[in-house]
Amino acid sequence: MTDVAISVRGLSKKYKIGVKRDPYGRLTEVLWSSLTSPFRRRREQRDAEDFWALQDVSFDVPSGSVVGVIGRNGAGKSTLLKILSRITEPTRGRAELHGRVGSLLEVGTGFHQELTGRENVLLSGAILGMKRAEIARKFDEIVAFADVGQFIDTPVKRYSSGMRVRLGFAVAAFLEPEILFIDEVLAVGDLAFQGKCLGKMNEVAGQGRTVVFVSHNMGAIGTLCPMTIWLDAGRVVTFGKTDQVVPEYVRAVGRDVSSGEVELDHDERREAEVSRVRLLSPRGDVSAVGECSDSLTIEMLLDVRRRLPGLYAYLEVRLANGMTVMMSDSFDTDPNPLDNLAVGTHVVTATIPPRTLGPGRYDVYLNLSSISGHEFNVYSPGVVASFRLHDSNSPRGNGRPGFFSTMLRWQAAEVRPDGQDNDRGVRRD
Amino acid sequence: MARDDAPSERRVHTTGASSADTASAGKPDIEPVTVDFGSRRPLPDPVVVIEARHGWRELGLAELWSHRELMYFFVWRDLKVRYRQTVFGALWAVMQPVLLMVVFTVSVGRLPGVGPANVPYPLFAFAGLVPWTLFASSLAGASNSLVSSESIITKVYFPRLLLPFAAVGSFLIDFAIAMVVLVVLMLYFGVAPTIAVLWLLPLTLFALVTALGVGTWLAAVNVRYRDVKYVVPFLTQTLMFLSPVIYASTLIPEGWQWLYALNPMTGVLEGFRWALLGGPRPDELILVSAMASVLVFISALIYFRRTEQTFADVI
Repeated sequence: MTDVAISVRGLSKKYKIGVKRDPYGRLTEVLWSSLTSPFRRRREQRDAEDFWALQDVSFDVPSGSVVGVIGRNGAGKSTLLKILSRITEPTRGRAELHGRVGSLLEVGTGFHQELTGRENVLLSGAILGMKRAEIARKFDEIVAFADVGQFIDTPVKRYSSGMRVRLGFAVAAFLEPEILFIDEVLAVGDLAFQGKCLGKMNEVAGQGRTVVFVSHNMGAIGTLCPMTIWLDAGRVVTFGKTDQVVPEYVRAVGRDVSSGEVELDHDERREAEVSRVRLLSPRGDVSAVGECSDSLTIEMLLDVRRRLPGLYAYLEVRLANGMTVMMSDSFDTDPNPLDNLAVGTHVVTATIPPRTLGPGRYDVYLNLSSISGHEFNVYSPGVVASFRLHDSNSPRGNGRPGFFSTMLRWQAAEVRPDGQDNDRGVRRD
Repeated sequence: MARDDAPSERRVHTTGASSADTASAGKPDIEPVTVDFGSRRPLPDPVVVIEARHGWRELGLAELWSHRELMYFFVWRDLKVRYRQTVFGALWAVMQPVLLMVVFTVSVGRLPGVGPANVPYPLFAFAGLVPWTLFASSLAGASNSLVSSESIITKVYFPRLLLPFAAVGSFLIDFAIAMVVLVVLMLYFGVAPTIAVLWLLPLTLFALVTALGVGTWLAAVNVRYRDVKYVVPFLTQTLMFLSPVIYASTLIPEGWQWLYALNPMTGVLEGFRWALLGGPRPDELILVSAMASVLVFISALIYFRRTEQTFADVI
């Protein structure tokens, strides 16, 4: 048995939302970005001065365990992490942390655009709590993990967003705190790199560290965290075994995505959001049921409230268990059609070609990000649609196993007995 | 660090679905994780206690000291960034006071009685401009230090005081370079320093404390009130004429000297001139100024610590 690493008692955090109209620019933005949707329910009482982002939260995390934190946007997950990593103070309550604390709320914390990759590794490492000697010792490993090669002496401002993310995560991956707080940082980067990060995190957890991990990715939570805290409206709904909490959570917050047309919630504070998602057949019918032999178009009504250079959509098609079958982002089309869209409403479509996915049930996960915005994440509605595919137009039909329904091209050619090919036509090299 | 005794029994809390917002979810039928911590060993150090704090708090200088490596990195970053993509690089550290010296020598320097008769005016002005530049640059750097670090203040914990301190620290390097030029200038004008030159060390500390005091005040206020951005240039310019930078404090009437000395920079500048160029030691001026400086410094630390908790929320 181990000790308690994190002990939280009656933790509460109040924000004054009355100040949102004050003239000090950024203040409001930060406040709003940390408190999102649940307050929309309170819009009627917008004059109310106080907003409790966290209310009377209590739990204990045994040392060496990995705990996930899930909940809707604005449930208080980020506020909880910010308090535990001492970025902001609670209004009430108390928490005790037993061990050296590290927090990873952003990839590339402390990066300076003008500095080179090498310099930023030193700087970011120091800001995240590493000692100079420690950074020097791990430096080569960090650079190897980041895989930025000869660009290590190039200013970070000339990096691609992918390189920046890799370098940032590499620094963080080599932190050695006893307690680590991680906020949704895995939502960035390409899939291969995400896998690498998950592996690295598993390694970290395996080394007896205590990890608190906030994520919207139920797959990652399920893989990494044996226990999960579910927050809603600033309160702990439940804290229990992940395999019990996650299905319960998914059932409770899941949208009705069965009709092929899904209306999403609105929030004018978002810089961009999708108000409606529809699934269209090649004939333009709206339906959540399609044929493998048809293309399937995912149509999104995108409201842009501010021009966002580098805006792109990230889309995953997932199995019901959260496993990603395919992923595409709008950079797959060159030039990225979402880049710097004018303010207004746009119809965005992404089409899955015929005979791509196998018969089965799929979820569509959506995320909007900006590679050059103030915040990386623009809008994270999560699973926005769900569809079923039948394979009625092939002999194998719905019995076709596997992820794909791609029809391979089969050919047979007779081999002439007098040709160079000997015996049964098997070419030997 | 504060530390509570290990309670005899600890349980993993499972707060029920008490919020009305989750009514749609119903009360999840999930078996709570209950762990009996009763027989556990005392908790290991170090323990970080997080709780709401109100009113006065300790200055946290010990914590500042334990993070000195990070301060070093901030200073290093500021220096690297400041002169990157500039043609003259660190030469700028010297050019500013030198150019000002030239300007003042050909303008104010010709007026009778601005400086002492026995010291060449360029040298007199430069001996004042070097510590003044340290002060003025520090003010600009420190006042902006928190606001420009918004992205790390909202993402990671460290003693926030490091930021204004590091900003001032980075200008100390510029100051050291400018001091070398001052020595060259003294050689050129054939002014030999006396044993009083040893006083430069405590006087530099005095200048630092002054810059840190005012800079820390402005940094903390700037988090909430961006007006500071407009106040600083004005403040610096006004203070320059209210301090003996380009003229000697002897120009100020005897009866007003005490009021004049309340400006901490008065003591710093007169002290520097005395230590380098000789003359009667301005004991009273330095004493009054030093007291004012320490007062500003301590009040800045107190104010900073009191408002620090809200930085991440309002920045």
